[in-house]
Amino acid sequence: MNLTLHVWRQNGAKAPGKLEQYEAKNVSPDQSFLEMLDEVNEQLIKNGKEPIVFDHDCREGICGMCSQVINGVPHGGQERTTVCQLHMRSFSDGDTIYIEPWRALAFPILKDLIVDRSNLEKIMQAGGYTSCHTGGVADGNAILVPQPAAEYAMDAAECIGCGACVAACPNGSAMLYTSAKVAQLAVLPQGQAEAAQRVCDMTDAAQAAGFGNCSNHYECQAACPKGVSVKFIAKLNREYQKALFK
Amino acid sequence: MILDGKCPKGPIQTSWDRHRFDMKLVNPANKRKYKILVVGTGLAGGAAAASLGELGYNVEAFCYQDSARRAHSIAAQGGINAAKNYPNDGDSIYRLFYDTIKGGDFRAREADVWRLAQVSNNIIDQCVAQGVPFARDYAGYLDNRSFGGAQVSRTFFARGQTGQQLLLGAYSALSRQVKAGSVKLFARTEMLDLVVVDGEAKGITIRDLVTGEIRTHVGDAVVLATGGYVNVFYLSTNAMGCSVTANWRAVKKGAYFANPCYTQIHPTCIPQTGEHQSKLTLMSESLRNDGRCWAPKKKGDTRAPGEIPEEERDYYLERKYPSFGNLAPRDIASRAAKEQCDDSRGVGPGGRGVYLDFADSIKRLGEDTIRSRYGNLFEMYEKITDENAYKVPMRIYPAPHYSMGGLWVDYNCESNVPGLFVLGEANFSVHGANRLGASALMQGLADGYFVIPYTIANYLAKIKPGSVKADHPECKKSIEDVTGYNNKLLSINGKKTVSEFHRELGKIMWENVGMARSEQSLKEAIKKIPVLREEFWSNVKVTGSGAELNQQLENAGRVADFLEFGELLAKDALHRNESCGGHFRVEHQMPDGEAKRDDENYCYVGAWEFKGVDKEPELHKEPLTFENVHLAVRSYK
Repeated sequence: MNLTLHVWRQNGAKAPGKLEQYEAKNVSPDQSFLEMLDEVNEQLIKNGKEPIVFDHDCREGICGMCSQVINGVPHGGQERTTVCQLHMRSFSDGDTIYIEPWRALAFPILKDLIVDRSNLEKIMQAGGYTSCHTGGVADGNAILVPQPAAEYAMDAAECIGCGACVAACPNGSAMLYTSAKVAQLAVLPQGQAEAAQRVCDMTDAAQAAGFGNCSNHYECQAACPKGVSVKFIAKLNREYQKALFK
Repeated sequence: MILDGKCPKGPIQTSWDRHRFDMKLVNPANKRKYKILVVGTGLAGGAAAASLGELGYNVEAFCYQDSARRAHSIAAQGGINAAKNYPNDGDSIYRLFYDTIKGGDFRAREADVWRLAQVSNNIIDQCVAQGVPFARDYAGYLDNRSFGGAQVSRTFFARGQTGQQLLLGAYSALSRQVKAGSVKLFARTEMLDLVVVDGEAKGITIRDLVTGEIRTHVGDAVVLATGGYVNVFYLSTNAMGCSVTANWRAVKKGAYFANPCYTQIHPTCIPQTGEHQSKLTLMSESLRNDGRCWAPKKKGDTRAPGEIPEEERDYYLERKYPSFGNLAPRDIASRAAKEQCDDSRGVGPGGRGVYLDFADSIKRLGEDTIRSRYGNLFEMYEKITDENAYKVPMRIYPAPHYSMGGLWVDYNCESNVPGLFVLGEANFSVHGANRLGASALMQGLADGYFVIPYTIANYLAKIKPGSVKADHPECKKSIEDVTGYNNKLLSINGKKTVSEFHRELGKIMWENVGMARSEQSLKEAIKKIPVLREEFWSNVKVTGSGAELNQQLENAGRVADFLEFGELLAKDALHRNESCGGHFRVEHQMPDGEAKRDDENYCYVGAWEFKGVDKEPELHKEPLTFENVHLAVRSYK
């Protein structure tokens, strides 16, 4: 199939950006979206032009590196799918595709489709852990975790930290990302001791880093390639209330 | 030169405990005076940086991704082994040790493997304490599954994303140390040189991948946890950014590369669909718990799998290895799949595939059970192939996955360059010639949490902290060298792209140095690689400049290193005139096609010293002795 692409090109955070048009020819339906872009880049290089830069690494939907807004939707809108797992069979010959970077106040653009997501790190550093020391911990089976709790924690821990939730949110909020970690640790016995401090520190850090507030649009859940549910935001709110009354 | 692994003498059961006592310590008040540079933030590097930071050392950690959480450990699916014996099925430290030595086809060091088995249990405890959501049974206890090469259930797992969850555990510990100020994190940073001063590793030269700045970080010790090199085959299950670059640049500064020919070809990957393909995707080995491998008995059978009756199917693993069946080790399962396809009984496009069939398990256990065990894997398979594996069998084919070889290290994980430590997949130490499933995660975390915190102190206690400053002539020279190298890449302005060279190299490697190697094919590769390398340096096209975010330049440096390293890999494979584990020389096989080792002549670690591009590398040997496991022909029948 042949496609027309409009790709966001921007040479650095301060430079002005704009959409540029490219043709993708003889695209195979078995190709992944990124492989289609690889081919476009190969042609650009051969013609002595600057290839489009974009973040990617594992190309199997788990590292969370790839980050493109395709036709206005983070990761392209196929349910539970990252860009790297999006295949060209979901497009048709003659389609026009708009490709843009994550857009959020807290994610400044570095170049073309690459943004700086280091603000997400700050949230994790504020409290996304249990303060256990290496060594000197109890036997794994000394801490019983009821299966529903383990499953709930795992549902939350599916988050790959890609930031699609932020890109999808009209407020540029990182609430789904933050809540996934808060909920994972709040439901496990190991996370109890620091639960109140954690939820306060992490939400404060999110605000300080420039992420917006949550006003229940639920766009984050729709965009999440791992199906992380907004029920964790409810859990975060509950944990936050509990912490305030402590 | 004969290399000494410096393993503790005496009974192996107490070797690590005795060694820990014998090593020197650094006083708590002095720890902050030492700076340690950790390159790579996967399981090994992340765990090391977090643990060393917690101990009070001054740590700087580096990764090329935009976050420490994205290292490729994250893609490991199936699980992590430990000798907990929770299921009461006969496991023990000794059995995990034995299985690993045997699984590695008797090409690993006994003492290192014993230590790995011993600390495996601590890893599970550590991860549980971090909040890693391991699978639990209904009573809330930890659940286990089986993996290849073992007859006990010792694999702990978190759905099909165990690597992700363990890495997020290490990343959380790392984040805690970043907040505490003991670890400074440098993301989007690639190591391009090792700084060696008076024979000891004292720093690294890096490129800031955003600004293009090239600068040196000095420290008192350098820890490389930079992963494996199977992207030398171009198509592999590794992430796109995985490379041999950090290791190779260290080799160019004197570190020895051990056993590069030991590469693992994973039996269960999704077959390639076309020339456009940029990488291959693994389907976890755990699937072989419930999936049965088969190929049609008839050659060139093009019927749909459902139309091939039971008696016309060859469940080749069950037939050939009745006691291990579908859970035969990876090297054996991969070769068996290749055999079926070479015999024109392969399935799917190009006939390069075999079936992994879940129909029996679904009938026995129900689709829901299979979904709860492997749901995400089936989903991933469908995204890539557009096929529903609950209805039709998966098609799988072997693909390069892991490198057992790596930088040579002694028992302390220290390379032959003092002060340079190497952890995880980047070193060669514990997997011998073949790694068993669920052992990579175990090794990464063992090295990072429980080995390096002890062994690095033994080195640091002997040196004065902060002896080398950033203005040292070696640092200046290193920056000049790296800058010059990159400028050269940018100035060629040829006709072919970096990817084209990578693909060509991958083709040479896969065809001649892949699953089956012969003297002839290896000589062919050794002839072709230098020619391709020469063409690269005269005809590659790298756009843009060095002073900006430039992915072409990053990739060009990595491919340039693969073009040198690939030749060493082929030379190592040619010199090792035997078959063992993942290294299969067609000249050396049993009548039934099994690998035939030559213990009399090749029971050693082959560590290569770099002498210059286009010059013959020098081989150093470390003899392997087996005092606790009897050297025997590996049998899984």
